[in-house]
Amino acid sequence: MIDKIKMEVRQLFDSGKIEGFLGLREFNGHVGPHLFTDGADLEGLVLGDRKAPGDSRYPLNKLLITIARQYPNETFGVLSRGCDERGLKMLFGSNQLDPEKVVSVGIACPQELADACECMKPFPDSYVAGQPAEAREFESVARIDAIGLDERFKSWLGEFAKCVKCYGCRDICPMCYCPECTLGGRNLIDVGSLPPESPVFHLTRALHMAGRCIDCGLCSQACPADIPLRTLYKKMADIVDEEYQFRPGFSDTTKPCLNILGEASKH
Amino acid sequence: MDYRTVLTTCTYCGCGCGLYLEVLEGRVVGTIPCKTSPLNEGKLCVKGWNIHEFVHSPKRLTQPLMRKNGALAPVSWDEALDFTATRLREIRDANGSDSVAFLTSAKVTNEENYLVQKFARAAVGTNNVDHCARL
Repeated sequence: MIDKIKMEVRQLFDSGKIEGFLGLREFNGHVGPHLFTDGADLEGLVLGDRKAPGDSRYPLNKLLITIARQYPNETFGVLSRGCDERGLKMLFGSNQLDPEKVVSVGIACPQELADACECMKPFPDSYVAGQPAEAREFESVARIDAIGLDERFKSWLGEFAKCVKCYGCRDICPMCYCPECTLGGRNLIDVGSLPPESPVFHLTRALHMAGRCIDCGLCSQACPADIPLRTLYKKMADIVDEEYQFRPGFSDTTKPCLNILGEASKH
Repeated sequence: MDYRTVLTTCTYCGCGCGLYLEVLEGRVVGTIPCKTSPLNEGKLCVKGWNIHEFVHSPKRLTQPLMRKNGALAPVSWDEALDFTATRLREIRDANGSDSVAFLTSAKVTNEENYLVQKFARAAVGTNNVDHCARL
């Protein structure tokens, strides 16, 4: 699988289509993001499957925004799983990245990862390596929905009470690109105090994920308190889909759904 | 093009979380927790997440300062070390070894902490060694 990716990346460099490739590299015993700038030197390039499939994924698109702003004339390749590609579509739609300057190098996730992620589409539209795994339903959402409302609310409050307010969920999020964040606004949030105001702090972030979250799950992995944020945002995605027939990165339009006044505006 | 991710260790406390610093054109611009670090497994606290912010801070000390006539003035390392060694010796000789204590840090390496305690015990002759992680 990695050989196919390396071959593709090398060809992109050789044909002059890209000047850099943002992927993952195993170096000094660890896996982290790395910008490759030479097609002849792809040593250490890995797919982020160190001990288990996808266990060392990073928000590459978020880093790409930083890089692309510094080098607006260069074109970059980027390693993309299904979720990453959904993210790219949304970032193109909201003018955070230029589709003319980004080349997605796709990989399809193995079934084990698709199961763990409960992924609705564990592969990009086009991919260089891997076999498309079967999509999975949001069973974690169904399990929580099955609990009575009072009990469910109590359960979420219990989860939010564990929060250490590290802002890791926001900082790791490839879709959080706002220069100013509501969760850092002193007139809206008591930024210097612990614990965070519950459930306002977490539900504010959940609301801001509406029509934006591409379900990569990096937030849950970054949470030191193991709050099931991904489940919360999956539920949010279901609600948005129901109300707007819009799922970020899936729908034909990649413009943010909250910019569209459709049937939901009548509520 | 100069964009690098540099693997390093958080210096804020003694935990030693693994992280990557994003370095763009020679300036540290971001922090990414290391997923494969066995200690923090891709997580950080709020301080660690923002560690890139202090690196280029103009408030950082870049050279020794000594108070002269009531104001801090830049001096050479030689002058600063000579002054410190002389005063430490004077204090010890006048008041005994246990009149001196050494406060070391959880933010430095094992080897640096080893050196401090060795200096305290062997050179100055006191067991008064403590550190900032005694919370």
